[in-house]
Amino acid sequence: MTRNAVEFRNASAKSAVDEKRQGLLTHAIGNYLGKRDTGRKRFRDWEGARKQAEAIKNEALENLDKYLPQFIEKVKERGGTIFCAEDEESARTYITNLALDRGVKSVVKSKSMTTEEIHLNGALEKKGIKVLETDLGEFIVQLAGETPYHIVFPAVHMSKGEVSDLFHQKLGSKETSDIEGLTMIAREHLRKEYCSADMGISGANFAVAETGMISITENEGNARLTMALPRIHVAVVGIEKILPRMADLSFFLQVLPTMGTGQWMSCYNTLVGGARGKNEADGPGEFHVVLLDNGRSKILADAESRETLRCIRCGGCLNVCPVYQTVGGHSYGTVYPGPIGAVLTPLLRGLKEWGHLSYASSLCEACTEICPVKIGLHKRLLANRRDYAGKYGPMAEKLGFKAFAFAARRPFLWRLAGALAAVGQFFYPLVAWFPGNPAKGWTKGRMLPRIVWKSFRNMWIGRGGEIS
Amino acid sequence: MKITLFIPCFVERVAPRTGMAMAEVLERLGHEVVYPEAQTCCGQPAYNSGYWPEARSVAEHFLDVFSGAETVVAPSGSCTAMVRSGFAELFRGTEREQEAAALGERTHEFSDFLVNRLKVTDVGARFPGRVAFHDGCHSLRELGVQAPPRELLARVKQLELVELPGVPRCCGFGGTFSVKHPDISIAMGRAKCAAIVATGADFVISNDPSCLMQVRGIIEKKGLKIRARHLAEVLAAQ
Repeated sequence: MTRNAVEFRNASAKSAVDEKRQGLLTHAIGNYLGKRDTGRKRFRDWEGARKQAEAIKNEALENLDKYLPQFIEKVKERGGTIFCAEDEESARTYITNLALDRGVKSVVKSKSMTTEEIHLNGALEKKGIKVLETDLGEFIVQLAGETPYHIVFPAVHMSKGEVSDLFHQKLGSKETSDIEGLTMIAREHLRKEYCSADMGISGANFAVAETGMISITENEGNARLTMALPRIHVAVVGIEKILPRMADLSFFLQVLPTMGTGQWMSCYNTLVGGARGKNEADGPGEFHVVLLDNGRSKILADAESRETLRCIRCGGCLNVCPVYQTVGGHSYGTVYPGPIGAVLTPLLRGLKEWGHLSYASSLCEACTEICPVKIGLHKRLLANRRDYAGKYGPMAEKLGFKAFAFAARRPFLWRLAGALAAVGQFFYPLVAWFPGNPAKGWTKGRMLPRIVWKSFRNMWIGRGGEIS
Repeated sequence: MKITLFIPCFVERVAPRTGMAMAEVLERLGHEVVYPEAQTCCGQPAYNSGYWPEARSVAEHFLDVFSGAETVVAPSGSCTAMVRSGFAELFRGTEREQEAAALGERTHEFSDFLVNRLKVTDVGARFPGRVAFHDGCHSLRELGVQAPPRELLARVKQLELVELPGVPRCCGFGGTFSVKHPDISIAMGRAKCAAIVATGADFVISNDPSCLMQVRGIIEKKGLKIRARHLAEVLAAQ
């Protein structure tokens, strides 16, 4: 087992019995599920909407060679700068160099999983630049020295009391259990920072090829301030975020919040096309778009796994996943947790190191059922397992399945094995201590099923049932 | 109608009564029931674990055994789903692709078969008690079987059906997942059992014997007061 796999196993085992954390998650997600279902009913035909979302994303991905250059050209027309980053390192280097070159002392950031993916904060801080997350949830996890627990709700695992303690400890604020009060504490702290920051860094929910604009969906107004007040705006955008047309955007601006937060529309939807124009009073002096590949084009080239690039990071699959809700977001040890994380991480960062995550699923298909862009998540998990098992599966497991297949093709041998198991189970206590005992995991919290001596076949024949 | 029994491997050795109960119900409805004794397993454990060549070789045996059967019925949504969708993946682009697809169409989950093929909801069963129904995920999401078991249970005399609250949620079994990630699997199973206990039900009923194996394991370990039964056993009771 790789180190990552061992870490996942240990962390998930610990979280699996953390009922307090699970309770917070269940409560928050329970609220969301109600809103999500009401939201879906606002669509005359939600299933039709999913199909349309799938079709638009497919069209965008299959014609990325056309839409990406179109987007780039439009951004450049308005004076924006484009940097195509092949991997996370080149993206980090570009942004840190830009910051150093422009004398940036402090950066404000709006919520962006893509910047988490390239581990940008640490890189900037290493160069002595102050980085501040401005999304409330992100601000909380940053203060706590943690990573986001959820793609959409970064601090969903923390209680009001814990946030209050954290603010008190780090910001010296008064204790309060009032959410509005807590928000005001964060707001007061953050407002000053927007004005003094030299650079604002955002992600993008969508990038419209037709107009060369990025679209940001948010509820707090922090992203607008991040993009408008500092003198430089950098947007880090995964290449899969491209939408062909503005008309597609208006559709996705309803689909994303419906699934993401259970809202019809988010409070703020902002389109950004570039830096401050000639006759404009506000806005940054420079606009940079970092288009991030970081493994995406490799996925795009594979017809089978390409569908995973349709993901709009709504977090909907996390909210229905019993495994995510049992082990929590941090156990995965990845930027993207939950079903989409278990699918995407091995594809983006390597099957050998991350393939174990594709086994962290009971394959209940709740994720596939809910995905607004119709990614066959459970099928992708199965495909990852297929690619993993042959190459990196443990030797004992490989041999075990070879033996299984050998016996399953030979009915007599199969029956003999069954009969032996019926007898052998009585000797189980003798081998229960054995480290390689495969039943050990089962018996941790469950009784073993009894293997009967009189099998169905015996019963059927005994009753004179017809055999073929 | 001549019905061929597909008895999943663990039903054969762990829950044979489930298979017998299913056969009894089908016979009671006047059908001829036959059991191909060369059957072993559908290959799902290997398929779900990523060992597709091994799974394919087991699936080939399954095809050999069942290809001549007109109508195949199984007391498991998960095993039925394996034959329908798993085989489609395993045999894609091979010369047995059509054969596998055709067999998939002729293979049915028990409750779905009764209600949607035989058009029967009342099988004349009597089962006193308060029961909660647990949807096996593959029955529910892969096969889309949600109403049939409920329609059947609604017609069982002296049976009171209670619904588990919220969205149907996995019991945590997940095949080899249950031993690869026992801590997660057990936590999910405990949550499931707690939800069942909270309904005040005497029994948990499912159309998937693998879920019942998981739930029963936890019930026995924790000494819970609920009992686990397969739908076929309820329908066979008189």
